Amino acid sequence: MTTALATPRSQRRPRAAWLRSPLVNQLKAPVVCIGLTLLLWQLLCLGNTEGFPGPIQVISQTWDPYISKPFYDDGGTSKGIGLQILISLQRVAIGYTLAAVVGIAAGMAIGLNAFLRRGFDPLIQVLRTVPPLAWLPISLLLLQQADSAAIFVIFITAVWPIVINTAVGIREIPQDYTNVARVLRLGKRSYVRDILLPATAPYMFTGLRISVGLAWLAIVAAEMLKADGGIGFFIWDAYNAGGDSSTSQIILAILVVGLVGLALDRLVGLVGDRVAAGGR
Amino acid sequence: MPAMLDNGTTNVSPAGAVPAATATGAAPEAFLSFDGVGQVFQTRRGPFEALRDINLQVQQGEFLCVIGHSGCGKSTLLNMVSGFLTPSSGRVSLRGAPIERPGPDRMVVFQNYSLLPWKTVQQNVELAVKAARPELSPGARAQVVEHHLEMVHLLDARHQKPAQISGGMRQRVAIARALAVNPAVLVLDEPFGALDAITKEELQEELLAIWQEQRPTVLMITHDIDEALFLADRIVMMTNGPSATIGEILEVPFDRPRSYETIQQDPRYGQLRNHALDFLFRRYAHDDD
Ligand SMILES: Nc1ncnc2c1ncn2[C@@H]1O[C@H](COP(=O)(O)OP(=O)(O)O)[C@@H](O)[C@H]1O
Ligand SMILES: [Mg+2]
Repeated sequence: MTTALATPRSQRRPRAAWLRSPLVNQLKAPVVCIGLTLLLWQLLCLGNTEGFPGPIQVISQTWDPYISKPFYDDGGTSKGIGLQILISLQRVAIGYTLAAVVGIAAGMAIGLNAFLRRGFDPLIQVLRTVPPLAWLPISLLLLQQADSAAIFVIFITAVWPIVINTAVGIREIPQDYTNVARVLRLGKRSYVRDILLPATAPYMFTGLRISVGLAWLAIVAAEMLKADGGIGFFIWDAYNAGGDSSTSQIILAILVVGLVGLALDRLVGLVGDRVAAGGR
Repeated sequence: MPAMLDNGTTNVSPAGAVPAATATGAAPEAFLSFDGVGQVFQTRRGPFEALRDINLQVQQGEFLCVIGHSGCGKSTLLNMVSGFLTPSSGRVSLRGAPIERPGPDRMVVFQNYSLLPWKTVQQNVELAVKAARPELSPGARAQVVEHHLEMVHLLDARHQKPAQISGGMRQRVAIARALAVNPAVLVLDEPFGALDAITKEELQEELLAIWQEQRPTVLMITHDIDEALFLADRIVMMTNGPSATIGEILEVPFDRPRSYETIQQDPRYGQLRNHALDFLFRRYAHDDD
């Protein structure tokens, strides 16, 4: 952007030129602010060596084995953070895929049929506000098994935004496109493939993106209550162990949960941009 | 409402669906006719009569322009030909059969282009040809698509998406799409209203060229009297709404092919133009126009 303007100056002061490169420019603010936060945190924790760890302790206490060997497996539930994340991701993958399939199908039915829409709308509005964990007891009763129950919680948490957004997308198909379909008397198949799906795809992906965040939220919570494995279990297990490095392990796990959640969000966003390009 | 719900049936081929015998055997005057047509909209403030007592016979292959102040009911009139509206009273019929719903024998060039943004220029035209002329082999279809893109000078832009091309080019795609279907009637609702003068003239010439080749019956709404005089065989001038009707029909006698230079040198051009202006701005003057 400003490279043309910056050139004569950087010739005069060549040493400072790298400071104005776009990458440095972008990273400057986050690096400074996060650095200051870490510093403040460290300073606040300086006095007490027994209590809450500062960032340096977090890293030193969890370096071996949690950071250096993320995929270690000592058998049983003693596994590295990487493996725990994979267990959680697997559950999310199953529950979220189910939610996507069911949600898109139900959203289409509701979007296309006014009777179904009016009939189910109150139910959807109520159920979508239920917090993920409220579903856990009933899903344990229903499915008996902790793993399936966790997957069901993901499903039931993630399905609503997909249903709602798909239905809205179908109702929002511009009149222009349906007029084209009517003049050409497009058959059902062609209408779905050439108009309905491409016009609705951006809305579907909006729903899918909201849902992946909710699914990740739900799995960590569900695993903390009832699971043998997964990152939520890891956090709860560290808390219960109450060892010297427990707090550090929990902090590290929280950071990893956040990063993975961000990655999931970006991934769905990226796929959506690819698939639904030009849809709006 | 989605289209798939109200026409679950298979595609109907456009021109072939209607018995050709009636068109050739009977007098040609009955090709497209409006008989005592009225349109009343039910609104929240009660019934609103937009059009009344429309009587008009259109010949096969005729080029008709419809002129009138905005809100007088021009779009309403043409929507009864394309089949998006059915008359509240009277009858609109094509080759003797009443028009009941939209179909590819009456293609429409919409005011806002209505191209599918996720399809390229070529795919937009292809979709129409495939849907409306299922009898064509893939090779013949490709040829029809290519020919019509060539007629509107869009071969170079065929792989671009609508968002990547200009408004004039988009309207060209819409025209190519409509005519590639080989409709009996072509309906255009202010197709060139948003375009600059030069693009407009180019598009008018391209439209005339395809019309000369295929000779569909054309019904076109315009605000531009010069455009109507250049394109039309007859100009239908509407009175003001509500309860608008056809005020007068102007015959445009110039020989074809036409060019702006030759027709504007014709002494009748000025007379016709003044007559139309007089109709619109004196006899049926409109406050907001
Ligand atoms: N679906 C409708 N419901 C109610 N009134 C309508 C509807 N469509 C058009 N009208 C009214 O009918 C009149 C004619 O509209 P229109 O045919 O769009 O005019 P034009 O195309 O000449 O500008 C206007 O007063 C408009 O408000
Ligand atoms: Mg109009």
